[in-house]
Amino acid sequence: MRERFLTGYNDFVLPFVCGMLFVLIYCMVGLVRIILQLPAADRRKFFLSLVNPKTMVKNIKDIFLKCLIHVDIWKRNKLLGYMHSSIAFGWFMLIVVGHIEVMLYTSHLGAKALYYPIFFRYFVAETESTMKGSLIFFLMDFFLLVVLSGITLAIIKRVRSRLFGMRRTTNPSFLDLIGQYSLWSIFPLRLLAESFTADISGGSFLTKSLNYVFTEFLSNHANMLPAWWAYSCALGIFFFVLPFTRYMHIPTEILLIPFRNAGIKIVNARKGFAKAQVYSCPSCGLCIDACPMGVLKGNIKDTTVYLNRQIRRNNEARIEEISDKCLLCGKCTAICPVGVEGDKLRIAQRSVRKYNLGPDYSNIDVSADIQRCNKFVFNQNNIVSSSENEKVLYFGGCMTALTPAIMKATGSILGKAGIEYEIMDRDGGICCGRPMFMAGRFSQAMQLVEKNTEIIMKSGADTLLLSCPICYKIFREKYHLPGIEIIHHTEYFERLLQSGRLKVRKEDVRYVYHDPCELGRGCGVYEQPRHVLSAAGELVEAEKNRKESICCGGSLGSLTLSFDKRKAMTENALNNLVSDSPDRIVTACPLCMSTFARYADRPVEDIAMVLDRTAY
Amino acid sequence: MDFGFKLSPSSAINLDKVDLEKFEELHRAEPDVYKCMACGSCTSTCPANKYSGMSMRKVILALQRGKEKEAVSMMRNCMLCGKCTMVCPRGINTRHLILSICRIYEEDVK
Repeated sequence: MRERFLTGYNDFVLPFVCGMLFVLIYCMVGLVRIILQLPAADRRKFFLSLVNPKTMVKNIKDIFLKCLIHVDIWKRNKLLGYMHSSIAFGWFMLIVVGHIEVMLYTSHLGAKALYYPIFFRYFVAETESTMKGSLIFFLMDFFLLVVLSGITLAIIKRVRSRLFGMRRTTNPSFLDLIGQYSLWSIFPLRLLAESFTADISGGSFLTKSLNYVFTEFLSNHANMLPAWWAYSCALGIFFFVLPFTRYMHIPTEILLIPFRNAGIKIVNARKGFAKAQVYSCPSCGLCIDACPMGVLKGNIKDTTVYLNRQIRRNNEARIEEISDKCLLCGKCTAICPVGVEGDKLRIAQRSVRKYNLGPDYSNIDVSADIQRCNKFVFNQNNIVSSSENEKVLYFGGCMTALTPAIMKATGSILGKAGIEYEIMDRDGGICCGRPMFMAGRFSQAMQLVEKNTEIIMKSGADTLLLSCPICYKIFREKYHLPGIEIIHHTEYFERLLQSGRLKVRKEDVRYVYHDPCELGRGCGVYEQPRHVLSAAGELVEAEKNRKESICCGGSLGSLTLSFDKRKAMTENALNNLVSDSPDRIVTACPLCMSTFARYADRPVEDIAMVLDRTAY
Repeated sequence: MDFGFKLSPSSAINLDKVDLEKFEELHRAEPDVYKCMACGSCTSTCPANKYSGMSMRKVILALQRGKEKEAVSMMRNCMLCGKCTMVCPRGINTRHLILSICRIYEEDVK
């Protein structure tokens, strides 16, 4: 290659260079700000994780697989996955190969290094030796083709998103549209510009062929410069609007992944990690189809993608509305390809709300509860222990108190297995604190946690059995109960069946299991209830299950949804459950059970009730 | 000397003299507050009731009558567990109502 111009400069590079410098400066300032906003302990953790070889490898692997290849989207839908990875990976490879090309063929770059890799073909001419690098020419055209195919798919997706497995997509904002159109035009313009110079600087199957085919037009060098100008302008516009559009997710996600791998959690509702999450949202709209509230059209604008947009705009009224309405089922978090935690983000927004009245539980006297539950301590000397000498304390929780059948069935099963147990809240106990926590009132929730911890620690039990997943989640996450195993009844029953302490008759009944949000997505318990149910009868699966199960609509997470609005969500969830025509619907959450029972056309049971009927 | 009965001050409430400004504000935020028919389902399921006598039914009645102090002291023991919402036959979203009360009413009322 030899350079065509002595200066190695043309005015058309300016839009691109200015845009790129703007984006780089913006991102550097943003990076420093976000890191400074982290709490000091988190910041330390983050820097330490960066020098830890294990997290370093994980960071690089995650960035490659998530940002460039988009593996999570591939798993969902092949076409959607190809669309994303062709644009991201193709563009990345164009940049990498472009830099390699420049390094191979030129020396003494200086300031030219800013734009040479992008506009290389304009500034050089082919020589005898050039074709030795024909592999690079080929690669450049190949990846350009890959990106162009992705862009074509993106345009088709705008019109027919169903082809890509998406029923609804995000409504783009005005700046998003500008960003999108400039992004779409970058690559066709690049093809055009490089086709003009293909007879001077060389090219491969794409650019050179175009140059030959349209030789009348493309060989006319008077048309060359406008094409290069247009290409540079498209890049410049894209970079200038990038910080204000959804495309900000490209640089932010590279920061979000190391944050997450360092184990950082959301502390401030708007700053630090939360901000990184909000800006990482690519507005892909996968959460719109996932959201159980989406059955009512009016709720579509209350999904996580719109929450992120409103947080970026500081639209306080809408942020409050969106974050209060959510059921906190966590499905958007489970399916989000970049890992925006829609539920935690909303709880954080709720936590900044100002209240004049703060509940205070210091006057609550738990001595009577302690007295009643410390059976294991009191009788320690003359106790007739069960075979395994397990001391089980059973906490039903508030929701189980409304469905006494579950409490009765659980007690009966424990009796059949010969396990010694005590019910902690036979006549109603103190709430676990999770509902308070979900309302964003953390210090009040922690007061409840302390009260319950006192009762449990003084009971002398070694196992805490729970039948409510709402309780289970906060017990696992916020309670510190040394020496006490916290276990949900589905897990406990499976253990009883496996150890042979409980036997079941297999009945000829078809059961479908509904994964409660807090148990499945919240605590990762998917298999145990299914094992129990397959032992008791035939297990069929719902259309959407496990990680993608649909919230029953009764969730305590939502603060504002009214009864009639929830009805549509419950019916939608029921339709999903009965797709394989089961005889009975089984769940493992008292709240799901009572919500479903209200509208279901067949019996709804808790897993404890099924087991109690079939166990002996 | 306590004979088990005594003269107590009248419990009559003169609604003309009660400042219901806050209640009006609450009503604007939560129109459902007037839906309450004081059936007491909420109170009978309330887990806080056992410990501190919290009663959503009484809170709503007290607020309607301007007895803020009584209501506020009861409100402070609510655990927000949501049982009252589930049992309310009128479909009142009591959890959000409680949060609105916490937002509108002040800690120290006369």
